[in-house]
Amino acid sequence: MGTEATARLELKSITKRFPGVLANDQVSFSVQPGEIHALLGENGAGKSTLVKMIYGIMQPDGGEIRWNGERIVVAHPKAARKLGIGMVFQHFSLFEAMTVLENIALGMDAKIPARELEARIKEVMTQYGLKLEPHRIVSTLSVGERQRIEIVRALLLNPKLLIMDEPTSVLTPQEVEQLFVVLRQLASEGCSILYISHKLHEIKALCHTATILRGGKLVDTCNPSVETSRSMAEKMIGGNLKTIEKAEGRTVGREKLIVNRLNMPARSHFGVSLKDITFTVREGEIFGIAGVAGNGQNALLLALSGETLTDDPGAITVDGAQLGRLTAKQRRLAGVSSVPEERNGHAAVPEFTLADNSVLTARDRLGMVKGGLIDHKAARTYAGEVISTFAVKALGPGSTAGSLSGGNLQKYIMGREIMQNPAVLVVSQPTWGVDAGAAAAIHQALVDLAAAGSAIVVISQDLDELLSLCDTLAVINEGRLSPSMKVADADIEEIGLLMGGVHGDPAATANLHPEPVHAHQA
Amino acid sequence: MRIKLEKRPEPSTLMAFATPIASVLLTMAIGVVVFDALGIKGEKAVIDIFLTPLLSSYKWQDVAVKAAPLIIIALGLSVGNRAQVWNIGAEGQYVIGALAAAGVGIAAGGAGGGIIITLMILAGILGGTFWAVFPAFLKTRLNVNEILTSLMLTYVALQVLGYLVGGPWKDPNGRNFPATAPLHADQTLPILFPGTTVHLGVAIALVLPFVFWLIMSRSVFGFQIRVVGSAPDAARHGGFDAKQTIWLSLLIGGAMAGLAGALEFAGALKAINLGFPSGYGFTAIIVSFLGRLNPIGCLIAGIVLAVTYVGGQVAQTTVHIPNSTAGIFQAMMLFFILASDILIRYRVRFVGSPKLAPMPAAGE
Repeated sequence: MGTEATARLELKSITKRFPGVLANDQVSFSVQPGEIHALLGENGAGKSTLVKMIYGIMQPDGGEIRWNGERIVVAHPKAARKLGIGMVFQHFSLFEAMTVLENIALGMDAKIPARELEARIKEVMTQYGLKLEPHRIVSTLSVGERQRIEIVRALLLNPKLLIMDEPTSVLTPQEVEQLFVVLRQLASEGCSILYISHKLHEIKALCHTATILRGGKLVDTCNPSVETSRSMAEKMIGGNLKTIEKAEGRTVGREKLIVNRLNMPARSHFGVSLKDITFTVREGEIFGIAGVAGNGQNALLLALSGETLTDDPGAITVDGAQLGRLTAKQRRLAGVSSVPEERNGHAAVPEFTLADNSVLTARDRLGMVKGGLIDHKAARTYAGEVISTFAVKALGPGSTAGSLSGGNLQKYIMGREIMQNPAVLVVSQPTWGVDAGAAAAIHQALVDLAAAGSAIVVISQDLDELLSLCDTLAVINEGRLSPSMKVADADIEEIGLLMGGVHGDPAATANLHPEPVHAHQA
Repeated sequence: MRIKLEKRPEPSTLMAFATPIASVLLTMAIGVVVFDALGIKGEKAVIDIFLTPLLSSYKWQDVAVKAAPLIIIALGLSVGNRAQVWNIGAEGQYVIGALAAAGVGIAAGGAGGGIIITLMILAGILGGTFWAVFPAFLKTRLNVNEILTSLMLTYVALQVLGYLVGGPWKDPNGRNFPATAPLHADQTLPILFPGTTVHLGVAIALVLPFVFWLIMSRSVFGFQIRVVGSAPDAARHGGFDAKQTIWLSLLIGGAMAGLAGALEFAGALKAINLGFPSGYGFTAIIVSFLGRLNPIGCLIAGIVLAVTYVGGQVAQTTVHIPNSTAGIFQAMMLFFILASDILIRYRVRFVGSPKLAPMPAAGE
C-alpha cells in the first residue's frame, strides 16, 4: 500500500455476469475516507449492479471487495449495514399510511424503543439540518421529505460509506442544494459517499472523484473539477456528443393547441386531479411542462391523449376543432399523437411484435386496416421504416417490443408517432431511462418535427432537458399549471419554487395536519 | 443445488407447443400410478381412457359427436379468456341455447326442413347470447365479477330447464317423465355419413376453428381482444374501448355455447330432459386452456377431451371404474397445463448454492 492511506472501500477486478450480458467486467477502483466519489454512466452501464454487490444484494462472480484493507464477502444487506455501509435507493421503500417514526423503526435491524429512537432521530436531524416531523404520515410528505426519511434511516447507523442511487432525479433545485449541504457535511466528518448519477453538473459541483463506467467496463477515473461536463459525457457514451441543432431565428406560427380551463377529477384515491389547466402551443413551438413526479403529469397526458375524456368539449381545441369529448382513436385521426411515460404495457405491448405495436397507434392514420382486417404487410413495412429511420437496434419488425432495451424501445415508440406526422404531439418523459446517445436522437427528432410545423408538448421531470429543448415552459404542481414563461428569460430559482409549490413552504403544510398522530403512546 | 426460474428474453414457442402435450402425457403417467395405488390396473385404465377410443374405429363417431360441442364452446371461451374476461357460465348458456332451439321446434309444430332447422340454430345462438347479457351488463355497469355472475346464472338456467321440461314443455306421451317430446325426424340435423351418428354439428365444429383463427389473427377485433388481454393500458392508449371488449367477448362466449347447445339438442339428443346438462360448458374451459386459447388448438384439445369422455365409458365396463374417473383426468390435465404455463416465459435452471465464504470479523 505504500504511503497511501488505506482505502475505505476498494474493488478489485469485480466481474458480474447475467445471462447474455457481462454487467461488470473487471471493475477496480477505491474510495477514500471522507471522499465523495461519483459513479457515472449511462443506463445499463453497470452502476446499479456494482453497488448492489457492495451492499450485499448480489454476489460478484469474480474479483474481491476490500473494506478498510481487509477482504470481505458481503453476504446480505444486513451484513453491509453491520460493516457501516448505508444505502439510499432511488425508489423509496416506505409505508404510506404510517408515520415517519414508524417507518424508520421498521427499517432498523436492532429493536430500539420508540422514545429512544425518536430522540436519536431528532439528534441526527439537528446535526445535519434535516427538517422532518417524526409524527407526520408519510402519504402527506413531498418526495424530498420522503428521501430525507431514507437518509435519516441510513445516518442512524453511523455509516462509514453511504451509497446514494440517483438521489436528485425527483428533487427540486432547492432540495438538491439542501441535500448537497448534508452530503458535504457528512464527508467532512469522514464518511465516504458513493454517488450514482448521470447529471454531470451535479457531479462537478459535489464530487471529488468520478469513476466512469461504460458497458460494464471502467472507462476512466477522473477529477470532475478539472473535466468539463462535455468531456465526461463523451467518456460516458464513448463518442462525440451531438448537440441539438435548432434552426437559427426560428419563429413560431399561429396558435395550434389551446387548452382552456381543463378540469379532471382524480382517477383514484391517490390520484391527482387537474385544476383549470390552461396553456397554448403554437405551430412549431415546443412547450415544456416541468414538475416533480406525481403532480398530475400522468392525468394531463391521459386527458390530452383522449384516454380520459373531459366534460367540456371546448377544454381542448386543435386548430379550432373541439376535442374534449373525442376518444383516443378520434383524436389520433384529428392529428393528436401521444407518448405516455410508461413504455411497457402503456405505450407498447411487450409481448407483441414491433409490427403489431405499430398497428396499435398507427392503424387508422396510415390505413393499415381494410374491411376490418389488418394489413400485416403494411404494418411490417411501417415498423421497418421506423426501425431504420430512428436507428432502433432490433432484429426486425418481428422482434417483440419486450426484447428491446429501454432506450431502443423508446426510440421506436417516438419514431412510430413522429413518422405519422402528427399536428400535435404530447410526450411524457421522452428520455426517461434512455442513454445519452438515444436521448440526443430523440431530442433532435422532436426539434425537427417542430420545425416542420407541429405543436409539441413535452412533460418531463428533467429540468435540464426542458431548458435545452423547449421554447416555452410551465410548471405543474398538485394538478395546477403555472403561467407560461419563455425559456430564454426563465429564472431557475423561480421554476424551482414553482416545482416545490406548497410543499416548499413548511408553514403551509403544517396546517394540513395540526394534530400529529401519536400511535406509539400505547 | 437449488432451482431457479429465469425469465426468457422472448416467450418460447417450443414450450407453447410442448407443454400441452407434456400435460396430457403427465396426466396419463400420474393416472397409472394413482390407479395402481388404488388397487386397479392403472395401465389398463389409462390405455382404455386415452387410447382405446382412438384405436377402435367404431368409437370414432362417438368421439366426433362429443368433441363438437366442446370445440364450439371452447372457441367462444377462448376469445374471452384472451381478453382476461372469465366466463365460467358456458354450461348455463349452453342449456338456454338448447331450450331456445327446442322452443322453436315446439312452436313449429309438425313443420320441419331446412328453414325450421336454421331458425332453431339461430334461436340457440340468441338464447346463449341472451344469457351472457346479464354478466356483461353487471360487469360493465356495476363492476360485478363476471366469474360469479356467469357461474350463478348456470344454476338459474338449470331451474329454467327443470321448469320447462317438467311443466309446459313436458312430453304428453312421456309417461310423466320430465322431458320434452322427441324432435320430429325432419327437425333434426342432417346426418353426414349414413349409418353413423355424425351430424351437421360436427362439420360446423370443424369449420369454425378456422373462421375464429382468421378473426383472431387478422382482424382488428382479434387485435383488440389480444391487446386488452395483454396490456389494458396499452389498449386504452390505442383507442380500444375496454367495456366494449367485455361486452363482445362475453356475448361471443354465450353465442357459441348457445350454438353448441342447439346443435347437441337437434343433432345428438333430440330431446331435452333433466340430464341434458352434461358438463360440456365446464369441460370446455379445460379445452380452451389445453388449446392455448388458440382456435386450432381448441380443435385438437376438444378431440383429446372427447376421447377421455368416450374412454371413461370404455374403462367403466373393462376395469369397472366409475364414469366420473374421466373428470379426474380432465382436471389433472387443466392442473398441469396451468402449472406448466410458466415454462413459456421462464426457463428452469439448476444452480449450485452460492459459496458462503466466512465473513471476517470486520466492522464492530
